[in-house]
Amino acid sequence: MLWNSNKEAMSFEDRKKLQGVRLHKLVERLYHSVPFYRQKMQEMNLLPSDIQTIEDIQKLPFTTKEDLRDNYPTGLFAVPKSEIVRVHASSGTTGKPTIVGYTRRDLEIWSECIARCLSSFGVNRDDVVSVAYGYGLFTGGLGLHYGVEHLGAMVIPTSTGNTEKHIRLLHDMKVTTIACTPSYALHLYESIQKYGYDMNEFSLRIGIFGGEPWTDNMRKEIEEKLHIKAYNIYGLSEIMGPGVAHECECQDGTHIIEDHFFPEIIDPETCEVLPDGVQGELVLTTLTKEGIPLIRYRTKDLTALHHEVCSCGCTEVRMDRIMGRSDDMLIIRGINVFPSQIESVILEMREFEPQYQLIVDKKGNLDTLAVHVEVKPSFMSDDLNAMMVLKKQLSDRIKSVLSISAEIVFVEPGSIERSQGKSCRTIDNRKLI
Amino acid sequence: MLIKQLSIFLENRAGRANEVAEILALNDIDILAFNLADRDDFGMLRLLVDDVDKAVAVLSERGFATVLTDVVSVQCKNEKGSLAQLMAVLAKNNVSVQYMYAVYDGKVSHAVIRPADLEACVLALKDYV
Repeated sequence: MLWNSNKEAMSFEDRKKLQGVRLHKLVERLYHSVPFYRQKMQEMNLLPSDIQTIEDIQKLPFTTKEDLRDNYPTGLFAVPKSEIVRVHASSGTTGKPTIVGYTRRDLEIWSECIARCLSSFGVNRDDVVSVAYGYGLFTGGLGLHYGVEHLGAMVIPTSTGNTEKHIRLLHDMKVTTIACTPSYALHLYESIQKYGYDMNEFSLRIGIFGGEPWTDNMRKEIEEKLHIKAYNIYGLSEIMGPGVAHECECQDGTHIIEDHFFPEIIDPETCEVLPDGVQGELVLTTLTKEGIPLIRYRTKDLTALHHEVCSCGCTEVRMDRIMGRSDDMLIIRGINVFPSQIESVILEMREFEPQYQLIVDKKGNLDTLAVHVEVKPSFMSDDLNAMMVLKKQLSDRIKSVLSISAEIVFVEPGSIERSQGKSCRTIDNRKLI
Repeated sequence: MLIKQLSIFLENRAGRANEVAEILALNDIDILAFNLADRDDFGMLRLLVDDVDKAVAVLSERGFATVLTDVVSVQCKNEKGSLAQLMAVLAKNNVSVQYMYAVYDGKVSHAVIRPADLEACVLALKDYV
């Protein structure tokens, strides 16, 4: 069901007009309040008045994750600090997080977007929603939370951690809707079996899944096991958090909330804008954001767009499932992991060679990460206990940097391939078919 | 008596120990004793050989990580109760053992000991025959 049919069922022409007006206002604001954007536009001989229609967006420069990092922590904020009422942060490649700030209006729009998502999944005021994304700096927990309240359903702020307690709450509170990562949903099912519950004693009917890539096969499995309909929700903290895009009851593509987030698909190499149906990198512009608006932000997510109208009545563009990432970021158990984070930990410990290899796999339903390293011959010890202590040191440090555990595997010196320049340090064995 | 033991780091995969044995054989090095300890992903092959320096050279050349460790070798009578006697001496002198293994050349038995404290172990066994 459409939450805001005024916006969601707009005609293409009206929406384009609205996007053009919003883009012009956005550029004007950024030009005057964010030195980074003013400088970029001046270098390109662009004035805010050059941007009048949504088609003009192609004249504007791109924004990258590196730009956010270079302007850490708040260099790209477009309003005074007094206007920011909340920040979130995402993990960064070098231990430096990306900080995003929200004004009161940003939070209202976020809740509106989540309400649109929930409504399109069929969630309504009578539903009980357990939000099992992490609460805190991660956008997942709090983002969903306030959206559920805005819609008027009952929210249970489960967060992550205690699966047994979670199952009890799902059961006793007759929870109808659950929001979590798809792999956690499968883990939950196994735990439900383990603790001796019968799936028929639960009232679950809808699942809201995001935070990591998943497939139609996983959807089928989750739907059959948990007796629910499983929907995809998409978002990223740089743009807002979850709620940038969502599936509808047709489960045939993910609608991008276009009056707030303007999507383009580009060739990641040439930056040329690609037509409908062709896969490339998703680029998003935050048309209404106040705290940290971004122009043509390169998400590195690979997908394709389709403008044919969906039978749910929503006229918004749909994107395919995310097919991968144009850089080397790994998503493991819903957490962003950059090989360079692990590299920096290894380089800090003089016992190890700088060569390493990451093996990502799936055991049962959970992602696993193994880090293969070589102990330098001069630090090799005949004492196996000493070797195990070394192993634990590395695994503890990696855990504190990534917030997920990795299995450390010692391999023979020289056995990891040495190569010039960027070598293939990651082997991802997870099958996404 | 103190002797040099050669330890070789091995990944746990089939044929790896065999490669070491072959390299030593090709280079005419005699293995006097061996012991293999392992953890989940790697193992340590510990050897007593007749020419340690040569063994290190040929194995390093082939990319194996080697470690030389001092161990205590002590002759034991080949009769009932001799191990108990040996351990009693170590216990009395508070010498704890990280690992040990036995060597028998057909005539004499030796216990090869890697103690936590090398010096204490040598002192304790000074008068032991």
